[in-house]
Amino acid sequence: MYQYNDFDQAFVRERVAEFRDQVERRIAGSLTEAEFLPLRLRNGLYLQLHAYMFRIAIPYGTLNSRKMRQLAMIADRWDKGYGHFTTRQNIQFNWPKLRDVPDILDALADVEMHANQTSGNCIRNVTADHFAGAAADEIEDPRATAELLRQWSTDHPEFLYLPRKFKIGITGAPNDRAATKTHDIGLRMVRSSDGLPGYEVSVGGGLGRTPIIGKVVREYLPKADLIPYLEAILQVYNLAGRRDNKFKARLKILVNETGLDEIRQQIEARFAEKRAEWPPINPGLLAEIEAAFTPPVFEPAAPVAPVLSAGLRSFIDTNVAEHKQPHYAIVTVSLKPIGGTPGDATSHQMRVLADIAEELGHDDLRISHEQNVVFPHVPRRHLPEIYDRLKAAGLATANIGLVSDIIACPGMDYCSLATARSIPVAQEIAETFADIDRQRDIGPLKIKISGCINACGHHHVGHIGILGLDRAGVENYQITLGGDATETAVVGDKTGPGFAYDEVVPAVERLIGAYLDMRTEPGETFLETFRRVGMGPFKAALYEEVRSDAA
Amino acid sequence: MSVIVTEAGFAADSWTHEFLPFDVFWSGQDLPEEGLAVEFPNDREPADLLPWLDRVELIRVAFPAYTDGRGFSIGRRLRELGYTGRLRAVGPLIADQFRMARRVGFDELEIPDTMAARQPEAQWKLREQGSYLRRLTA
Repeated sequence: MYQYNDFDQAFVRERVAEFRDQVERRIAGSLTEAEFLPLRLRNGLYLQLHAYMFRIAIPYGTLNSRKMRQLAMIADRWDKGYGHFTTRQNIQFNWPKLRDVPDILDALADVEMHANQTSGNCIRNVTADHFAGAAADEIEDPRATAELLRQWSTDHPEFLYLPRKFKIGITGAPNDRAATKTHDIGLRMVRSSDGLPGYEVSVGGGLGRTPIIGKVVREYLPKADLIPYLEAILQVYNLAGRRDNKFKARLKILVNETGLDEIRQQIEARFAEKRAEWPPINPGLLAEIEAAFTPPVFEPAAPVAPVLSAGLRSFIDTNVAEHKQPHYAIVTVSLKPIGGTPGDATSHQMRVLADIAEELGHDDLRISHEQNVVFPHVPRRHLPEIYDRLKAAGLATANIGLVSDIIACPGMDYCSLATARSIPVAQEIAETFADIDRQRDIGPLKIKISGCINACGHHHVGHIGILGLDRAGVENYQITLGGDATETAVVGDKTGPGFAYDEVVPAVERLIGAYLDMRTEPGETFLETFRRVGMGPFKAALYEEVRSDAA
Repeated sequence: MSVIVTEAGFAADSWTHEFLPFDVFWSGQDLPEEGLAVEFPNDREPADLLPWLDRVELIRVAFPAYTDGRGFSIGRRLRELGYTGRLRAVGPLIADQFRMARRVGFDELEIPDTMAARQPEAQWKLREQGSYLRRLTA
């Protein structure tokens, strides 16, 4: 865990004082509402449907028990006793009052947390693989780079008024669990021909109303060149990105309109200048960051009792992944209980998670972009106790990666942009497939739901994507198939006409029924079947029935 | 009318020479020997001023709106290209942007009187705030 030094501490306190002052100047009228807007957004504060929404950064998704308990305290003291973990490894509170926000920021600073740049047209919270430091397939822990980028991008004077928001994602492993290709800049650690770790750099990824998978602009970038190279990308974007139309302002549009080769030339030209003039990053500072991500001291291997409980067995099969130490495990806790709101956790659940992490998991917690919580370092001998404690807190849902592990945006129930409900759709799908044996028979399946075209639910990269729209005042849901957010990233294809609210869940059932009929063997996943047979048979299953119903 | 903001506070504009439009530089016209100053729109390439950078005494970079951050990159790039003269940002910038402007290399801001009235001098005093960017290479 990275520990704040004196500089970081002073910085967050100065930042809180500055925001207090900005709030006062807004109230006094020195700042207009329009001028206050980017200032409050840069401190995580949105105006939503019912109230302000406050978004707190969880840099690269990493927490410890102390931070998690503080989030629980904030939920109890200033909100309604729960929080919502987001697809960008942040946590949101939906009911804070404007006058309380500086106090909440102070409470965050007490535990080395902040809400800097969680919104606004600036470089946002850098996200990383939630299995970082624990996964067996990792080249390096990407969080050292993510922390360096947090420091570089925080209050960067040149890049706080970009044409639009700017997202960076990083993975240290060939298996991309951080959806890096859906970011403005995606960094994937690779090795050079002589074995040195560096990055493959993609640019211009993003979802929203124009979903685009990031394109590789540099196949190998040495680690030491990262900051000048990113400075070059950002400067090209800040100067040339469109500012005439909010919906065409992201880097992805600039890359598409300029062409990858031309934009690469511009970036490389700027990079050559930048690299020549940039002094090397302070080695002491780099060493301090690297040291913060050394692995914990693992306990020696110990015999593990055989698993007798069927519930525990099922939990281990779905929610436990291989750790780089064979006698350890990575445990993913589902925040998708059947009938619950995806990503929500109560303050009590946060405290249970904090206690487990502190007592049994090297005090390490992660938030995944799939809106779940991860214990990255768990000795296998503790799995029964962890399961029992999670179960008592309603946190033992064994559905990771299955049909009911759905990503959904807040939708029309909370969000002022939404055009349709998304949480109730997720809940009904989960209820329809509540039987865990049925879910396991269906196998790995990512359903992602967005309640508007801005695609916060990442529906474009869902194996089954659902997009809720408004058609003349009536909710209408478009379905896409075959999306993928991993290293084989692709945007899903639209099936055809949308479905009314009460037709969506039956439509999903028909798709899954068609998959079960068509798969060659139980091991062939939904996505594999779709890639093998194509859209035709799924489309037939989806619409045939509608037609026969109508007949 | 407008007000000049520096770290010393508010002042009237002391610059007495003319600001030449950027395009004049490439037009082949004779340029003044002294008091060479240029109006720099925020959609031009800073490197296009290279032939004159050591002669120019003041560059006035346009910020058409406080949300339009192109000028921050232009200012920084002019400094990276070696410009050492006065660098001024002009437009409806807000007090909270003075820090960014200073850190990318601007010496001063030129703000409308109405802004100076709504956000009086005391609000433009720079707050204590550490710079991660500076620290990275310190």
